[in-house]
Amino acid sequence: MKFSEQWLREWVNPAISTAELAHQLTMAGLEVESVEAVAGDFSQVVVGEVLQVEPHPDADKLRVCQVNVGEATPLNIVCGAANVRQGMKAPVALVGAVLPGDFKIKKSKLRGVPSHGMLCSTKELGLSEQAEGLMELPADAAVGEDMRRYLQLDDVSIELGLTPNRGDCLSLAGIAREVGVLNQMVTTAPEIASQAATIDASLSVTLEAEGDCPHYVGRVIQGINPAAQTPLWLEERLRRSGLRSLGPVVDVTNYVLLELGQPMHAFDLQKLAGQIRVRHALAGEKITLLDGQTVELEAGSLLIADETKPLALAGIMGGADSAVSDQTTDIFLESAFFDPLAIAGRARRYGMHTDSSHRFERGVAADLQVPAMERATQLLLDIVGGQAGPIIEVSIADKLPSRANITLRETRIGRVLGASVSAETVSEIFSRLGMAVERTPEGWNVIPPAFRFDLGIEEDLIEEIARIYGYDNLPSTTPSVHLQMPARPEGRVQLARIKQTLVDLGYAEAITYSFVDPKLQQLLDPQQPAIALANPISADMGVMRTNLWPGLVQAVQYNLNRQQNRLFLFECGLKFIKQDHEIKQEMVVAGALTGSRKPAHWGRETKALDFFDVKGHVENLLDLTGLTQQFTFQHEPHPVLHPGQSAAIFRQNHLVGWLGALHPSVEQALDLSQRVYVFEIEASALGEGSVPKFAPLSRYPSIRRDIALVVDEAISAAEVLDCIRLCGSEYLTNIELFDVYVGEGIDSGRKSLALGLTLQDLSRTLKDNEIEQELNQILSVLNNKLGATLRE
Amino acid sequence: MQQELNQLVTEAEQAIAAAVDLQGLDQVRVDFLGKKGRITERMKALGQLSAEERPKAGQAINQAKQAVQQAIEMRREALKNAVLQAKLAGEKVDVTLPGRQQPVGSLHPVTRTLQRIEDLFAQMGFSVAEGPEIEDDFHNFEALNIPESHPARAMHDTFYFPDGTLLRTHTSPVQVRVMQARKPPLRVIAPGRVYRCDSDLTHTPMFHQVEGLMVDEQVTFTDLKAILIDFLQSFFESNDLKVRFRPSYFPFTEPSAEADIECVMCAGEGCRVCSQTGWLEVLGCGMVHPNVFKHVDIDTETYTGFAFGMGIERLAMLRYGVNDLRLFFENDWRFLKQFS
Repeated sequence: MKFSEQWLREWVNPAISTAELAHQLTMAGLEVESVEAVAGDFSQVVVGEVLQVEPHPDADKLRVCQVNVGEATPLNIVCGAANVRQGMKAPVALVGAVLPGDFKIKKSKLRGVPSHGMLCSTKELGLSEQAEGLMELPADAAVGEDMRRYLQLDDVSIELGLTPNRGDCLSLAGIAREVGVLNQMVTTAPEIASQAATIDASLSVTLEAEGDCPHYVGRVIQGINPAAQTPLWLEERLRRSGLRSLGPVVDVTNYVLLELGQPMHAFDLQKLAGQIRVRHALAGEKITLLDGQTVELEAGSLLIADETKPLALAGIMGGADSAVSDQTTDIFLESAFFDPLAIAGRARRYGMHTDSSHRFERGVAADLQVPAMERATQLLLDIVGGQAGPIIEVSIADKLPSRANITLRETRIGRVLGASVSAETVSEIFSRLGMAVERTPEGWNVIPPAFRFDLGIEEDLIEEIARIYGYDNLPSTTPSVHLQMPARPEGRVQLARIKQTLVDLGYAEAITYSFVDPKLQQLLDPQQPAIALANPISADMGVMRTNLWPGLVQAVQYNLNRQQNRLFLFECGLKFIKQDHEIKQEMVVAGALTGSRKPAHWGRETKALDFFDVKGHVENLLDLTGLTQQFTFQHEPHPVLHPGQSAAIFRQNHLVGWLGALHPSVEQALDLSQRVYVFEIEASALGEGSVPKFAPLSRYPSIRRDIALVVDEAISAAEVLDCIRLCGSEYLTNIELFDVYVGEGIDSGRKSLALGLTLQDLSRTLKDNEIEQELNQILSVLNNKLGATLRE
Repeated sequence: MQQELNQLVTEAEQAIAAAVDLQGLDQVRVDFLGKKGRITERMKALGQLSAEERPKAGQAINQAKQAVQQAIEMRREALKNAVLQAKLAGEKVDVTLPGRQQPVGSLHPVTRTLQRIEDLFAQMGFSVAEGPEIEDDFHNFEALNIPESHPARAMHDTFYFPDGTLLRTHTSPVQVRVMQARKPPLRVIAPGRVYRCDSDLTHTPMFHQVEGLMVDEQVTFTDLKAILIDFLQSFFESNDLKVRFRPSYFPFTEPSAEADIECVMCAGEGCRVCSQTGWLEVLGCGMVHPNVFKHVDIDTETYTGFAFGMGIERLAMLRYGVNDLRLFFENDWRFLKQFS
């Protein structure tokens, strides 16, 4: 809601500055979003009258004018505007004037002809963004009068960001009411006199959708002057409220909308066939609206119709066919009450939002229709002339909104606010707000005014008390609550800990969008269908991610394109998987890495990352659980990963994640210039950790035996280690795999694994023969099960 | 005899001083003190002396021997020390060369801000709650007193799925889930991603919020003020940070308020960041609306509560001076690494 301060001050004029007024409004919940001067900064511009226009001797497009500015001799001014003509009145910037943008007007010569000032357009005075030709002033403008005074330009437009509950402040009347309450002043409304009918012309109105439209007021006005112009004062008020002038009839309805808050509509009477019906649309009916679009109506939408066709989408927008044009001489004016629920959501469903729907869906007082009609009639008769018929008023009393009585307990105020406000103050605030108040032993019975649709329960009244009393005038108090110690399971690995581990490993945390390009998602998770949004913001944000790789890989690409070629990125977030009509929203931890293992350093060779760097990082995360032995890495095919350098991660036979290099074909599809490794693990698998359990320490020496085994290359290290763990006795306390060798000295197709076995007993020193026995036992099992031999 | 011994010691001392390394020094030791060494020879010759001469001569030879031994030891220490010094000198490094670091990464500024907020509220006994991001209409709107036709729905620019579910437009549905699952007293905060169908210079279609909820037998609006003022002053580490509360509107709170802080960029003087107002809107809050309590079956006569919600990106921008919202989701390495 945008309005002119000057206009407001005609209603109520507290002795406070503009800044104080703005602050007051903001602190009362009517947030001031901007305060802007209604015109550019200029001086020495006066009303001028063009006495004479002659062609410029040396320029086709320029004219030489004699302009009366109220001084003894007219000014010689060269003007390029196409609309300059003899007898017109227009603003003149005198020599010495400064126009917006610090544009100084000096005596000059234009193509040899002296020019002593400038005839101005609205744009040059900062009254509009653009203008065609000079600003034309009314014939009665007093020549020589200062333009700022003439147009009362020392004014500001105040724009309020109103919350949806405050539909009552979508008018000058409403804002003035609030300002009056805040300053304890009476407001002065413009006098609205009843306009007597001078003709009998009328239309019959039937309300067929009683609940949605229980009150309809109409009036016929005939014989208006189609050539009439909107007066400058009205046009200026509209402009300062952010509305354009669209012809006098529409301007008047818009003026009443701004002034009183009642949206009105004017139909061209001659386009109407028979009586007015306010009814619900039938499925399939169509209407072409004022903005040119043709909509197919949903059954149940509220319509204004005549006997043959829909005329308007009630409370939202009128139809093009019945609209007032510059030929119109007879009009039918509408001023109706529509139930907020009949309008709310409807406009949005048709993709529309108008000044009218904005007000109706927030609530327009049900007693405003007749005064608005009288006000509009009065303005129209003044501006466009014509003869008014009688007021047509149809209402269904029992469907009109009733204002329920609200009971407020005095004790409840303290319960909710935490501070007490005296009963006198409360009563006084209520009456100032226009409520019918009755004091009861426990508190108050209150009936809110018709324009307040937001007051229905006790708490609503408490908010009003706090609002007018001032939120800032309420104290702050230390809460008194029941203390409780929250559960904090020690075995749980917090996500923050997981993130910190990755950060310590050199990763930067990324946050990427949860919706991604469906093509990229398809490439990076071809087997999982992604959930599509019905209304994505753009096609490349169309589906919910099924893993975190699209976002991370995109971030890698983004950075590679910016000369960053060593990247360690991770992200924690949900992935979205549809499973048998259920949507699984699973928190995962994912990473993408590329470039060298460590940044280049004088003291070491720079090596490219490999699979085991990434696996090491993943193992660091698994170690946080303290239950690393529950996790296994297995060769499994994955369509997106390199078949030889990828692994599925299992926790006790549940697949919980993947890691590996991107498949070369994926790298190619993504145009990646260097190898990228990725991983992803379900956060729940990392979250379930353990509480440490002490194991006694041995006082006796440990013995280490290194062995070099030769096995088939197809046998994985995990198989060898698992085999040893299974067959080893309780003396075997540690196994360390410290070398893997393939090459000279080892048969082709075989590999050598070097293992360090540590043996120790809790209660004694192991004897040599026990150790030999243990080793022999292990070697024999390895040989039997895996065909492992000792390297010679 | 004494003279000869003195002469011998002098010779030995000269040889010791001339030894340049431990090997040379050892040769001197052998020459004088070895089995056939010159002093040892003297010792052996003692037997040829008379019993009266022997003690005195023995004593003199012993003294000479000790003197030589001592000189050798001293020389040995000096030589060893020289060797060590030479070794150490050879091992000298340029301590200004960069160390072999494990490069440290960084938390995203949004996470950093969230964790800070969680930590601050944890100290007041708030625990963290989470909820789904694909929500149903009931939790995101209906239970929060935003029925289908409510104008406030238009302010939410909701992303929908064909089946009618939606991406949560705020973290407030977590309030509802917490109150459905647990009984008061409640003190929770719910951080997370939220989504709105809006994208321009100052809006991204995804952003982060933290929701807070406190329900107990005596929770009041003035408590809400106190906790939020305390929080904002702690968050910005400024005990005299000005905070103001303005009436506002949220369907799920009544009374509702918005909290502004004095602009942290210009200290309230008025600047581009605060649109010359001197104030920055940082959070919305209010007393839990009785209709919300009704939806989750909490008795409004026994309990009252407050809720608040704030945008994390905004707080992060103010805290770290980030001037462009979109940077948060571009994941530019140079940006991310600034939060190490």
